[in-house]
Amino acid sequence: MRRPWRSGNAGDAIARVIAVGLGLSLLALGGLLIYELVDESWQSITEFGLGFITGTTWDPVAREFGAAPAIYGTLVSSLIALILAVPVSLGAAIFLSEIAPPWLRNPFSFLVEMLAALPSVVLGLWGIYVLIPWVRDFLERSTLGHLSFIPLFSGPPFGLGMLAAGLILSIMILPIITAISRDVMLAVPTSQREAMVALGATKWEVISGAVLPYCRSGLVGAVILGLGRALGETMAVTMVIGRGYNITASLFRPASTAASAVASEFNEASYSLYISALVELALILLAITLLVNIVARLLVWRIARSPGLIRE
Amino acid sequence: MSISTYQRRRTTNALMLGFCAVSAFLAVGVLVLILGFVLAKGISSLNIDLFTKMPVPEGEPGGGVANSMVGSLITVGLAAVIGIPIGIGAGIFLSEYAGPRLGDVVRFTADVLTGVPSIVIGIFVYGLVVLRMGNFSALAAGIALAIIMLPIMARSSEEMLRLVPQSQREAALALGISRWRTILSVVIPVAQRGLVTGALLAIARAAGETAPLLFTALGNRFLSLSATGGPIDALPLRIYRYATGPYSEQHQQAWAASFVLVLAVFVISLTARLLLRRR
Repeated sequence: MRRPWRSGNAGDAIARVIAVGLGLSLLALGGLLIYELVDESWQSITEFGLGFITGTTWDPVAREFGAAPAIYGTLVSSLIALILAVPVSLGAAIFLSEIAPPWLRNPFSFLVEMLAALPSVVLGLWGIYVLIPWVRDFLERSTLGHLSFIPLFSGPPFGLGMLAAGLILSIMILPIITAISRDVMLAVPTSQREAMVALGATKWEVISGAVLPYCRSGLVGAVILGLGRALGETMAVTMVIGRGYNITASLFRPASTAASAVASEFNEASYSLYISALVELALILLAITLLVNIVARLLVWRIARSPGLIRE
Repeated sequence: MSISTYQRRRTTNALMLGFCAVSAFLAVGVLVLILGFVLAKGISSLNIDLFTKMPVPEGEPGGGVANSMVGSLITVGLAAVIGIPIGIGAGIFLSEYAGPRLGDVVRFTADVLTGVPSIVIGIFVYGLVVLRMGNFSALAAGIALAIIMLPIMARSSEEMLRLVPQSQREAALALGISRWRTILSVVIPVAQRGLVTGALLAIARAAGETAPLLFTALGNRFLSLSATGGPIDALPLRIYRYATGPYSEQHQQAWAASFVLVLAVFVISLTARLLLRRR
């Protein structure tokens, strides 16, 4: 449908300029976003240089800002979320696209999409009053607590901390990875499946031999999109992670992510260097998520370009 | 093929299909669990004061979150007024005007922008609007939410406009109708329902956003009706403040407010989906 017509009158010229302007506004917005964040964090960038990224001390009272603990917290909590959510999401996506009968598929898909629409702050509220006590009493005091010889599971049972943040993130990215993977799998041509069936393959062999290899890059893209969401997720994480600035192996300890640090400290930042450092933290977060999203979009675009309506 | 190979294949098949089914039930189970809890807690904490009264000073009993609801309506309303027209315009550009190369660049930018964390958008608008205007405001919050809605709107509008058959455009053009008239009077009306669906989903997304409001709306205890005149409250902000505070009175209200927010978001998303299905 590329330009089957030629524009001839003034109205057309005006409409064209408006449409092109609005389309390009997206590009302008992207550029302005980066410019504004760099501009606002310039004081911190010039003051700390690269030491900001490697510095391990975050101490506003001493005017010392190192982003390493927050970056570490961001990566580790997202990694926990991926480890927990990916197998379940892919399983659920396979179930929804390949296995479930239609009467089950539609309500399930609907429910998964509703979970994606749940506001993050509400999930955080649930996290504080249901997840945290469960993590503290069940995971940290009894089950995982018995494994305290492993550094990951050592430390006092606060409930608040990296483990809770990872868990709540896994709940948040589960519907996203599921919905996109399902779309990607549905885009696999039926002929691919029929070829396997004709060879006498079982249902699982059709899935593992034809469907999954065909859409592999799309599935990787779906997982990376989930990762992008986990890295930048703010409210629910801020409410359960407990605000600590140490790099320790223990998952039971309070930690911070870049997003949670900005959310919980920005309004109390009392001098310009502090604000600037927080903006630089947001800039680093933006850089990470841009990178992750660009990779993910390129992978998903190879399979399916249309956005599902719930796509984040 | 030996019997044992056949057995092994069947066992693998059963195990893997079983795992997928369990995963799906787990995913849905988590939702039902969370949703059930929020609804049950919310309903039991709900009362009429929530809708009619302002928040009281910390520690005092009673009060409501009427100002937050009004604030949410104002901020999300401003976001819709700013974000929807620009988003639809960008969608029209993508589906009707853009050449393949520029189109893909804009499309890709939009897709990547949807992945920018909302808190980063909040910081961005803080610098862009709040610092320049000199105060927190509903307008700043509306702009932040509009930026979140914009790429979603652009992509969903494009998708819906593309569904309009090319023959309809050609029919209009063959009658000598100019191109912009064709888009306005033929293409958009045909795609109308899809556009409304996209707009509703974008609104639902914006209504639940909290992080960008922290630095733009800020929140306060009083009823504010001004777009530019200072801090304004919003439902997600109020839930955040109450949930993280120490008072059980406030926790109750956080649950009740969550119930209202979830209900609003779900009703909007549901309406959007029903609209699309009834085509």
